Amino acid sequence: MRHEILEKNVILLSICILITVSIGGLVQLVPLFAMEQTIEKVDGVRPYSPLELAGRNIYVREGCYTCHSQQVRPFRDEVERYGHYSLAAESMYDHPFQWGSKRSGPDLARVGGKYSNEWHAAHLTNPRSVVPESIMPPYGFLARRDLNYADIADHLRTLRIVGVPYTDEQIAQAGADVATQAQAEPTDDTDALLARYPKAVVGDFDGDPERVTEMDALVAYLQMLGTLVDFTSYKPELDYR
Amino acid sequence: MASSKHVDALTGRETTGHEWDGIRELNTPLPKWWLYVFYATIIWSAVYMVVFPAVPWLSGYTRGIWGYSSRADLNQAMANLRAERAVWYDQFAQKSLQEIVQDDRLLQFARAGGEVIFAENCAACHGTGGVGRPGYPVLVDDEWIWGGKLDDVHTTITYGIRNANADSRQSAMPAFGADGVLTPQEIAAVADHVLSLSGAGPANAEGARIYAENCNVCHGDVGEGIADVGAPALNNQIWLFGGGRDALIAQITRPRQGVMPAWTGRLDDVQIKQVAVYVHTVLGGGQ
Repeated sequence: MRHEILEKNVILLSICILITVSIGGLVQLVPLFAMEQTIEKVDGVRPYSPLELAGRNIYVREGCYTCHSQQVRPFRDEVERYGHYSLAAESMYDHPFQWGSKRSGPDLARVGGKYSNEWHAAHLTNPRSVVPESIMPPYGFLARRDLNYADIADHLRTLRIVGVPYTDEQIAQAGADVATQAQAEPTDDTDALLARYPKAVVGDFDGDPERVTEMDALVAYLQMLGTLVDFTSYKPELDYR
Repeated sequence: MASSKHVDALTGRETTGHEWDGIRELNTPLPKWWLYVFYATIIWSAVYMVVFPAVPWLSGYTRGIWGYSSRADLNQAMANLRAERAVWYDQFAQKSLQEIVQDDRLLQFARAGGEVIFAENCAACHGTGGVGRPGYPVLVDDEWIWGGKLDDVHTTITYGIRNANADSRQSAMPAFGADGVLTPQEIAAVADHVLSLSGAGPANAEGARIYAENCNVCHGDVGEGIADVGAPALNNQIWLFGGGRDALIAQITRPRQGVMPAWTGRLDDVQIKQVAVYVHTVLGGGQ
C-alpha cells in the first residue's frame, strides 16, 4: 500500500495537501486577476450617484433581491419581455451584485424609465393599489423615513477601496449631490451633478419635495436601472459569453 | 503492518491490511454503482471541457470545439423569430395606421399582439384591460386627454407625456394656490363653477368670472377640454384625480401632473403600432 508512505510522513502529507488545495484556489483566483480582460468594455456605464447608491443600499437592506432578479438572460423569451440581455459591465460597480436567483416578482434589470416616479411611489406604498394581483409586501414606511446620508461620502470612499473609480471631487460633493438629485426642479448644481453622473434622473421621486426620504433614494435607484448603456449604438462582441 | 491479505476472524471479511496497535479496519469497498457513476462524471467533465468553453486562463479561456456562444445562440433565435414574423412585420412597417385598421388580417394581428404588449407594459398603470385607476386615465371610455384619434394615441405611446424625451407631450397646469395666483376663496369659487359645468352643483357667478380669466384658455369656455394642450374636459363626470369639491380644490391649488414614459426604444416601431391599434380599436378610441 503506497498510501502508507503518505499517511506516515507528516511533512510529505502537508506538502501534498498544499499542492492540491492551491490548484483549486488558483483556478478560481487567477482569472480574477485578469478582470481587465474578462469584463467587456461598454460605453456609458458609470458608478452610482450618491442618491442612487443610498437607494441601492436600501434595496439590499430590504432584501429586494430575494424576490427580484436583476439579470436579463440571453434567451429569446427574456429579451422579448425585458429588453436587451444584461451585460457584465452593467454590474461591474455593484458590491455585491444584485443578480439574484429568484423571480417571485419580475426582473428589474431594465425597469428604469418603464414607469413614472409617481407609480413607483404608489406601488411601493401599496403594491395592490396599482397591481391588484401583486403579492409584494408594502414599503410605505420608506416615504416616512428621512434618508440618513450623513455618511454617504464614506460609502463612496469605501467603494473606491474595492475598485470603483470615484474621484476626489465626487466624494467631496457626495452629500450635496444627494440633495441636488432629489430636488423637484433643477438647481444651479444640477448641471455639475449630471456632468459627474451622466443620465442621472433628477427629480422629486416620492411626491414630497420638502424632504429627502428613503423612498426618494430607492426610486432614484430603480429609475436608473439598465438605462446607462445606449443599445442603439452598442455592438456586442460575440466572443464574450 | 502486514501487506498480505488478512481476513478478520470474527466477521470473516477482509481487512484493509493496516494494523495500528493491534486494531484492524474492515475493508468495505465503495458500492459498484456509485463508483461507476463517479467515473462517468469524470469522463463527462473531460468531454465537456473539450466541447464547450471551459478553462479560464490569463488572457481568456478555452473556446471548445463546438464554438458555443450564448449570444450567438440568442442571435439565431431572434433571427428565426424575425423570419417567422416577417410576413406581418414587413407589412406593418410599410403601412400607415389607417391602412392597418382597414385590413382585417393586419387588424387581427395588431390586436392579438397589442393585447400581450399592453398586459406587460401598460396594465401596470392603466389597469388590466385599460380600466384605469385614480391618477391613470381609463382607456376603455371615449374621453381622451391628449386626443383619441389613432395617430394621437400612437404619438402619446411613442413619446409619452411629461418625461425626459424631447418629443414627449408637455404641458403644465399652473399651481394657482401654491404660487399665490388665486386666493383660497377664489379657488373654492372656481371649484364650484367647475362642478356646475357637469351639472354636479349650482352655478357660481364669481367662479365663472375667475374661470373665464384663468382656466378657459386650456379647458375651453364650457369646460370641453383642449386635447392639443392636454387639458381634460371638465364638463363630464370623468375625473383623473378625483371629482369631489375637495379633490378639485386640491388640484387647482397644487396640481398633480400625470407622467407617462416614452415607449420608443423600449418597444420597436411595429410593437408601438400594434398596441396603438389595440388601444384604439379594442379599448375605446375616438374619431
